[in-house]
Amino acid sequence: MSDTSFTGRLRSFADSDLFYSFRRSKTTIIAAAALVLLFVTAVFAPQIAPHNPFDIAGLNLLDSELPPSWMEGGNPAYWLGTDTQARDVVSSIFYGLRISLFVGFASVLLAAVLGVFLGLVGGFVSGFVDAIIMRVADVLLSFPAILVALLINGVMRGILPANQHEGAAIVVLVLAIGLTNWVQYARTVRGSTLVERQREYVQAARTIGVGRLRIMLTHILPNVLGPVLVIATINLGMAVLTEATLSFLGVGMPPTQPSLGTLIRVGNEYLFSGIWWVVIFPSATLAVLVLAVNLIGDWLRDALNPKLR
Amino acid sequence: MLVFLVRRLLQAVMVMLAVAFIAFLMFRYLGDPVNNIVSQDATQEQREEVRKRLRLDDPLILQYGRFVVNAAQGDFGVSYRNSRPVSALLAERFPATAELVLVAAILSLALGIPLGIYTALKPRGVLSQGLQILSLVGISLPTFVTGILLILVFSVWLGWLPSFGRGDVIDIGWWWTGFLTATGLKALILPSFMLCLFQLTLIMRLVRAEMLEVLRADYIKFARARGLRNRTIHFRHALKNTLIPVVTIFGLQLGGLIAFAIITETVFQWPGMGALFIQAVNFTDVPVMAAYLVMVSLLFVIINTSVDLLYNVIDPRLRTDQTRATGRGA
Repeated sequence: MSDTSFTGRLRSFADSDLFYSFRRSKTTIIAAAALVLLFVTAVFAPQIAPHNPFDIAGLNLLDSELPPSWMEGGNPAYWLGTDTQARDVVSSIFYGLRISLFVGFASVLLAAVLGVFLGLVGGFVSGFVDAIIMRVADVLLSFPAILVALLINGVMRGILPANQHEGAAIVVLVLAIGLTNWVQYARTVRGSTLVERQREYVQAARTIGVGRLRIMLTHILPNVLGPVLVIATINLGMAVLTEATLSFLGVGMPPTQPSLGTLIRVGNEYLFSGIWWVVIFPSATLAVLVLAVNLIGDWLRDALNPKLR
Repeated sequence: MLVFLVRRLLQAVMVMLAVAFIAFLMFRYLGDPVNNIVSQDATQEQREEVRKRLRLDDPLILQYGRFVVNAAQGDFGVSYRNSRPVSALLAERFPATAELVLVAAILSLALGIPLGIYTALKPRGVLSQGLQILSLVGISLPTFVTGILLILVFSVWLGWLPSFGRGDVIDIGWWWTGFLTATGLKALILPSFMLCLFQLTLIMRLVRAEMLEVLRADYIKFARARGLRNRTIHFRHALKNTLIPVVTIFGLQLGGLIAFAIITETVFQWPGMGALFIQAVNFTDVPVMAAYLVMVSLLFVIINTSVDLLYNVIDPRLRTDQTRATGRGA
C-alpha cells in the first residue's frame, strides 16, 4: 500500500526508477545543481544582488567600466566589474536571469496549455476541426521557430501603439514564443487522445451519459499528460534561447528592463572598447542555463521512455 | 511518379496561397495603409484619393486576388520607412544573403561529412572523442554568442579578420558579389563559419550515427567476407546508404540557414535581407515584412518540394511505396 505521509512519499520517491537513474548520471546531477542555483538566484535576485542596477541614485559614474575584481584596476565591491553606466555586472545578470526565466516559464506554460487543449479537442472531436488544427500545425512546423516568433512579435508591435512597446515587451515576448511552440504538445496529445478515446473506460463514461467536455477533461486528460512534462522541459531551453535571441536582435526586452539577451546586445556594442566582461559573463550565464536545461530534458526523456529501458 | 509530382506541386501552391493570405492580412489590417502613405497633414480629400487609388473599398476577396497577382509579379508596394519599392530593396539585399547562405551550406557539408565518417570509423580515437564534446558545445551555445566570441578572438584580440560588412563588392551586372575581392572573401569567413556551425555539428552527428548503423548491416559483413578492401567497403558500400538521410536533413536545414542568417547578419552587420527584415520588425514596416515573409516561404517551399522529389530519385526503395505515400515523400 502506498504511504501518503510526507516521509513515506519521500521514501517511495527515493526508491523510484526515476530517482535511481538520476543518481546514476553524474552529468544530470551537475546540471540539476547548476539549474537549482540559477533558479534560486533568479527568484531572490532583489535580496542577494550586491547592488541595484536600476537605482539611478546609487550609480556612481566614476565606477564605470571597472574590470572584474581580480584584474588590475578592479574594485572588490564589483566582483565581475561594471558596464559603461557603472552598473554592477553581477547584479545585472541576477536581474536579467529573473526576466529570462520568467519569460521562459510563462511562454512554456502558454504553449503547453494551448497545445494540450488543441490536441485534446482535435483528437477527440476529429473531423473538420481536427483537420484545420493539424494543417496549421504542419505549416507552423515547416518554418523555423525563430522566424515565426519574429513575425508574431512584429505583428503585435504593429497592433500596439509605439509608446507602449517598452511596457508591453514582456507580454509580447511571452505571446510570440508561446504561440510558436504549441505544435509539439498538440501533436503528441492528439496522438494519445486518438488511442485513449477507443478505450473501454471512455465508452463506459459515454454510456452512462457523461458530457463530452467532462470526458475530455477528467477522463482522457490525466492519461495523456505524461509526455507533456518531457516536452515542456526540452521546450524551456528553446524558449529561453528564443527570448535571448529576440532580445539580442533588438525586438525583445528593452534596455530599461534587460534580460540576458538584452545585456549581451548592449555589451556587444562595446566589444571594441576592450570591456569584454560586460558581454562575456551574461553570455556564459545564458550558455550554462540553456545547457543545464537541455541536459535535464535529455535525461528526463530517456528516463521516462519505457522503450529505452 | 507523375501523380506524386502533381500532388506535391499542388500542396506547394496551397501553402504559398495561405502564406500570401497572411501577408495580405498583415498589409491590410496592421496599421492603416493610407496613414502610412500620405503625409501627416494630408487633407481628407487626399486620404480619400489614396484610398481610391489603392482600391481599399473593394471586396476583400478581390483585394486579396490583386495582392497575389501583384506579388507574383514581384510588386509588394512601397516601404513605409524608406519610401522605395520593396522589390528594389529586397533585390539589392538578396545577393549578400545568398552568398552567405551558400558558403555556409557548402562549409557544413564539406566539413560535416568527412568529420562524421572519421568519428564513425575511429570511435575511440582521442580526436573523435574531442570532436564529439566540441559538437555538444557547438549545439548548446546560442549562435549569437558564438558569433560574439569569434569577433572577440579573431577581430578584437588577434585583429586578423573584419568584424562587420561585406568588404569590397564587385558589380557583375545584376549582382553584387563579394567572391571576387580579397576583402570580400575575408569578410565572409567569420559570418559563414558562425552560420554553418550548428548545421555542421548536426550533419557530423547524423553521418556518424548512420555510418555506425550501416556498418553493422549484413551486406557490409558480406562485403568483408568477400575480402573487399576496407576503403571500398567504407566509401563505396557504406557511405552511399549513409547519405540518404543527410539529403533530407540538409534540405530542411537549408531553410534554417536562411532564417538564422537574420541573427548572423545582425551580429556582423551584414547588409542582407535578414538585417532588412529586423529593421522592418522594429519599425513595423509592413510591406517589407510581408514581402520578406512571402519570399522566404517561397524559398522554403521550393527547397522542401525539391528535397521530397530528390529523395524519390535517390532511394529506389521508396518508389514502390509511392501509392501509399500521402504526399510527403519522407
